[in-house]
Amino acid sequence: MAAEEAKQYIIIKLGNDSYGIEIKYIESIIVMQRITRVPKSQPYFKGVINLRGEVVPVLSLRKRLGLEEAQDTPATRIIIVRPEEQAAPIGIIVDEVREVISLTGNDIDRLSYEDDRINFSLGIGKHESQLINILNITAMVETEKQN
Amino acid sequence: MDVSQYLEIFIDETKEHLQNLNEHLLILEKEPDNENTINEIFRAAHSLKGMAGTMGFKRMQRLTHDMENVFSEVRAGNMKVSSGLVDVLFRGLDALENYLANILESADEGTEDNEDIINELNNILKSGVGGSTQAEGKVTVSEVASKVEAKAVEANDKYKFKHIKLDEHEINAIKKAKEMGLNVVGLTVYIQENCVLKGARAFMVNRTLEEHGDIIKLDPSAQDLEDEKYDYDYSAFVVTKDTPEVLAKNAMDVSEVKEVVADYYQLSEANQTPSVAVSSDTNAQSSKNQETSSLKAGKAPAAKPAAKPVVNRSVRVDIEKLDVLMNLVSELIIAKNGLISVSSETDIMLNSTFHEHIEYLERITTNLHESVMKTRMVPIESVVNRFPRMIRDLSKKLNKNMELYMTGEDTELDRTVIDEIGDPLMHLLRNAADHGLESNEERERLGKNPVGSIFLDAYQEGNNVVIEVRDDGAGINVEKVRNKAIERGTITADQAERMSDKEIIDFLFQPSFSTAEKVSDISGRGVGLDVVKTKIEALGGEIEAKTKLGEGTNFIIRLPLTLAIIQALMVIIGTEKYALPLGSIQTVENIPDTEIKKVQGKEVVNLRGSIIPIIHLNQVLDCEKSEDTDEGETKEHLVVIVKKGERFAGIIVDQLLGQQEIVIKSIGKYIKCPKLISGATILGNGEVALILDVNTLV
Repeated sequence: MAAEEAKQYIIIKLGNDSYGIEIKYIESIIVMQRITRVPKSQPYFKGVINLRGEVVPVLSLRKRLGLEEAQDTPATRIIIVRPEEQAAPIGIIVDEVREVISLTGNDIDRLSYEDDRINFSLGIGKHESQLINILNITAMVETEKQN
Repeated sequence: MDVSQYLEIFIDETKEHLQNLNEHLLILEKEPDNENTINEIFRAAHSLKGMAGTMGFKRMQRLTHDMENVFSEVRAGNMKVSSGLVDVLFRGLDALENYLANILESADEGTEDNEDIINELNNILKSGVGGSTQAEGKVTVSEVASKVEAKAVEANDKYKFKHIKLDEHEINAIKKAKEMGLNVVGLTVYIQENCVLKGARAFMVNRTLEEHGDIIKLDPSAQDLEDEKYDYDYSAFVVTKDTPEVLAKNAMDVSEVKEVVADYYQLSEANQTPSVAVSSDTNAQSSKNQETSSLKAGKAPAAKPAAKPVVNRSVRVDIEKLDVLMNLVSELIIAKNGLISVSSETDIMLNSTFHEHIEYLERITTNLHESVMKTRMVPIESVVNRFPRMIRDLSKKLNKNMELYMTGEDTELDRTVIDEIGDPLMHLLRNAADHGLESNEERERLGKNPVGSIFLDAYQEGNNVVIEVRDDGAGINVEKVRNKAIERGTITADQAERMSDKEIIDFLFQPSFSTAEKVSDISGRGVGLDVVKTKIEALGGEIEAKTKLGEGTNFIIRLPLTLAIIQALMVIIGTEKYALPLGSIQTVENIPDTEIKKVQGKEVVNLRGSIIPIIHLNQVLDCEKSEDTDEGETKEHLVVIVKKGERFAGIIVDQLLGQQEIVIKSIGKYIKCPKLISGATILGNGEVALILDVNTLV
């Protein structure tokens, strides 16, 4: 399957788990900022930040995936992504940003089972000995339609 | 080069002409003998036809042509203006608008021929005049032709093309054409001096000419024409099967063309004695200019009665450019706020010159903001001027006599608001016409003027623009609404008893709540007022209704002047900073704890005789308590009194930070937040503060 082109992913960490975000979504990675809380928003939204004069909402990846909240550390980063080229940016708080890797379609296993949390997953990538959960950014920022 | 680049101009101008036609037809219906109006209509229809023709919109051209025929008869006094006639003409205008809508969407006029309207127009022509349209058409053609000929005799010098020197290959081309039995026609086209885009005009004329043959030479060159590198006239040579008269007539049909002279071109004239031609050319130039100007004086009034202002000192600017400008101003203000907050923190404050400069900068940014804001302001007229026509149609359809009175059409609003406000207003007017006004008989029985009145008033009030839509009809039956609300289970009978009339009327703004007993195709499907309300609120405005049974209903819309930058009061609630728009704030009071009373479980305060409900913002916003309120029974509360229409509310805040100019930024669509939060702003120190739309609390 030589036709499968390699795509680049940024590897991020939540605790001991690795997650991947395809690089085309990523606009920048910034250090933790002062976040202004937005009352009564979805619980996983931490609030809004000032990103070079624009107001950008940020969400906690841990909360979005239903994990425990963690204390901010010096390694904590906000990844600014655009789910679509023209869409407004949105920030995702992660524990740590590791490296950039290349994966081809062959390296990624699609998941066959459905789970609430797995909904944000596009598949599991294998890189060296790590398993990387590739995140579905578009699905993650979409506000749930049922409410 | 293709015609599509002129599409925008075409669309803009067509809109203008259609609006013009609409307005003047309304006048004409009332004053059938108003000569100015007839002339204006005729002129607009004529330009419209020419424009549609050059753009290649044949159906549109045909329809306008037939309408123009009718106008021409009316103008000549051969036909009386009747209501039936105006109806057909209006239908014609609607059809034209449909064409325009299609063009807007797909750059194509669509396939609707509107045969019925055309037939009707022709029937009117036949019965109204007696004579046939065909004859009439020919008269005008031959008139033009004879005019052209007459001018040929009196002003040979206008035929500038005769003095143009041709290149060898052009001469060869002409010879060849003659051999093939084709005509070589020379033309000189005079564009009106007040024409804004003469490059486009020349292009349109050339396009028309190309329909009849091949252009072999242009002087100045096509490129120069396109770049507007020419005075108001240029010459063209066309190889064609048609006569010069036909070409001249067709070229004249392009709007803003003042005059076209055309004749067969004889090779001998200029090119056999080239040296003479060049020198005489320069001589001729000056005398010609005089001649054309004297000619213009005589001819212009007939072609275009002084309707358009000669020079319009304005520039069309893309709205996006203005948006960019506005954003830059916003950023400048944020930067300025940053400077201020730095200066107040450090010792720089001690340096008075620095302080002066900061104040100077502040003044400039405020003025700049105001100027940019003004450039974005558009008179509301552009929205409301289609309403008289709408009311006329409704009046016919509903069989009720009514009049629309409008004031304050020159009130200005931000462009973005203008674009959105049309539909809600239309809805309210339809409501007024359909439900508000009683039938003529009913009005007569009640001793009212049988002709109903609808008023649309716009005016500025502080930082708001107010638009009122009022009728002198039956008014809203509050009891009926009350019963309906109970019937629908919205409220219990008990609650209904306690609610004020005003609260009851507010039910009308709820989804699918129509009191109309019967649903008509004009309104009453229950998707009315709630949509209006949502739209207005999306624009940052608000709407309320006032009514008096038997006397009429008044819908009052308040809209913010601008959407981007506002003055706000910065406050601290709990540990967080919030911005409250100054526009809705009435006063700030210190109210002792003891003054706050509980009535029916709600906290209220009696402030100078009026009972005002108290709202704890820290509860509404789930704020953490700040330390100083924690440490104990504060004796006094800081209460910001906000006003919405005639209602007040008191909002408890913890601390005031002062007034500040803030830039409103959207917090995006990802976060779901309560209506109370209308946006965010960036403070001088880079922090983000949320803006609270306190009106939603009242």
